[in-house]
Amino acid sequence: IFKISNMKLILHNMLTSAMIKGVKKGYPLLLRATKVELQPVEFDAGFVVHMLPRLDWSGVTAAVQCLNQPDLLQDPLPELPPTVPDDYANNEDFLRKAHIALMQLDVIEGCLVCPETGREFPIAKGIPNMLINDNEAA
Amino acid sequence: MASRPESSLPPELYYDDKEAKKYTQNSRIIQIQSEMSERAIELLSLPEDPTIRSSLLVLDVGCGSGISGAALTEAGLNWFGVDISSSMLEIALENEVEGGLARCDIGHGLPFRAGCFDAVVSVSALQWLAYSDRSTANPIRRQRAFFTSLYACMSVGARAVLQFYPADELQLQLLLNSAMSCGFTGGLVTDYPESAKARKHFLVLDTAGTRPMPAAQDEAGGRHSTKQQQPMRKGSKAWIMRKKEQYRRKNPDSKALPSDSKYTGRKRKPRF
Repeated sequence: IFKISNMKLILHNMLTSAMIKGVKKGYPLLLRATKVELQPVEFDAGFVVHMLPRLDWSGVTAAVQCLNQPDLLQDPLPELPPTVPDDYANNEDFLRKAHIALMQLDVIEGCLVCPETGREFPIAKGIPNMLINDNEAA
Repeated sequence: MASRPESSLPPELYYDDKEAKKYTQNSRIIQIQSEMSERAIELLSLPEDPTIRSSLLVLDVGCGSGISGAALTEAGLNWFGVDISSSMLEIALENEVEGGLARCDIGHGLPFRAGCFDAVVSVSALQWLAYSDRSTANPIRRQRAFFTSLYACMSVGARAVLQFYPADELQLQLLLNSAMSCGFTGGLVTDYPESAKARKHFLVLDTAGTRPMPAAQDEAGGRHSTKQQQPMRKGSKAWIMRKKEQYRRKNPDSKALPSDSKYTGRKRKPRF
């Protein structure tokens, strides 16, 4: 069980802007972070294995790349393969790297951007604000 | 409560800092919300094995200040919560809840991709979808947007248990019908149905197949299969009566409809 209040990449990967009228896919949302913290979280292999099939892996690698800004993080970002290895369920080395990327990178401030409309969703205190106006809704 | 919060303001305005604070300070509210959260989790009928539970992801709709989230954490489950009120989410942060949070309006549709969640709970949130203060927003449309997006973001075989406070029978039926028209199986489970004060309504919605509905609770603490309230099934007596009423309203002078009697909608002997 994780203290996961701040937006982690696992939450980012599941968010979409598809509730906006005209948006076909709405993910992966572009990640523009201004404040990121590395938060130690207990590694639960079962959780990572269970979640991996649901994730858009290219979205995960893209998000990690978005965090690759100078002065954003002191510690190095995990190196992720471009695709999920076939033996992921038993590949502890890969699972641990995925865990760091998905669970330990807390985005505190920044914004998410819809890839189709450019609409921005601010992130404050680790909470993304996905509110839209009635006239934007599908 | 003497007056319902939903009749005064929309939730993002009603739950300002002052109202939100009550949720941290009113022990009775916390106790009731906690109990309903535990009951909702029970109705999910998830495997007991903690290793399985800790691999699952649950969505908490209208997570508010995190009372239901705390119950989910206590039950060994990971969760993401959504709420429209920034004041309530602030309190959740202060309470150091162990779930990811996002702010959104569920009446526009949930902002999640397909198949993300193994289960969904909601405590005392859905009644807000029955009201609309803005001329641009239609409650039925909002309910449909919510339930459609809910179905989509649940994994195959996932279950949603949504406790809510309908103001009256009409609101209850509207919400139930909105839900069932979006692909779910399941229906309504009502605990303590005999008591107007104690009764609690839970929408239990499954995404795949027909799982047996869980038993409701009654006053004696016993569990029994009460007649689960299904939405008006096409062809049922209630449906026939409703259709006749609609016709009468539209054609008040018509004598085409047979009058109602004890034979109306009665089950006929199978002839073939």
